Amino acid sequence: MTTITDTDAIAKLEARLVKLEQEYGDRIAELETQLPSHRVTIVCFSGDYDRAMAAFIIATGALAMGYECSMYFTFWGLSVIKNEAQTSGKSLPEKMFTMMLPENMAKLGISKMNFAGVGAKMMRGIMRDKNVATLDELMEVAQEMGVRIISCTMAMDIMGVRDEEMKDGLDFGGVGTFLGDAMDSRVTLFI
Amino acid sequence: MNNAQYEPSEVIDASGLQCPMPLVRASQAARKVDIGAIIQVISTDRGSVPDFQAWVKRDKKVELLSQNEQPGDGGRTVYVHFVKRIA
Repeated sequence: MTTITDTDAIAKLEARLVKLEQEYGDRIAELETQLPSHRVTIVCFSGDYDRAMAAFIIATGALAMGYECSMYFTFWGLSVIKNEAQTSGKSLPEKMFTMMLPENMAKLGISKMNFAGVGAKMMRGIMRDKNVATLDELMEVAQEMGVRIISCTMAMDIMGVRDEEMKDGLDFGGVGTFLGDAMDSRVTLFI
Repeated sequence: MNNAQYEPSEVIDASGLQCPMPLVRASQAARKVDIGAIIQVISTDRGSVPDFQAWVKRDKKVELLSQNEQPGDGGRTVYVHFVKRIA
């Protein structure tokens, strides 16, 4: 084993150590700014009851696990966050969308075995019997726990969905808003 | 709202365009102008407001100087963004 006795050499090593510490400290700080947050982001594209259930179960689960959660509702998914349908002041195609689509989450059908709504009713009954939280309850819990719900402005414009028809406490945005949250997330899903 | 404080080297009229085009047009313009230059983007999509905020947070080439709302034609609201190319 060698022992360094030369004071010059020791001073040089010390200076080098300080420089390295500085360089690596800066690099780590820079890299840390690129780490994603503890966030889950979900695109809710579907207006099916079962798929909306899946989205809200994941969202409430993520929030319960101490993560933040963003849900981006677009296209048929808008029906999930609608409150009531209004037709006044709308164009004919907008009125058609309003009348053909579920008025709110209580009217959603299921993606398989819907049988014109009978299947959805049965599914809701079975879930109630099995003590599964309802979609309404899950959304309420998610909002209590601070979920960020974003409504797609383009989908609203296409289908003529007005702000007054939507539930309270929503953000409005586009693809950049979704991607901003998705790029900052550890889990991103499209449902 | 006072926009006179910025002198844009390019004005992008994205009014009437839907998501993602206001963002796409702005990004294309911001990549074309010189570093330090300012672009002004006019949009009628209210989603462009949070979209631009999310964009500049991710894209180190640009900075958002200001955003404001103004009444536009036919009762529409117009959203005006000033973006500076910084790298």
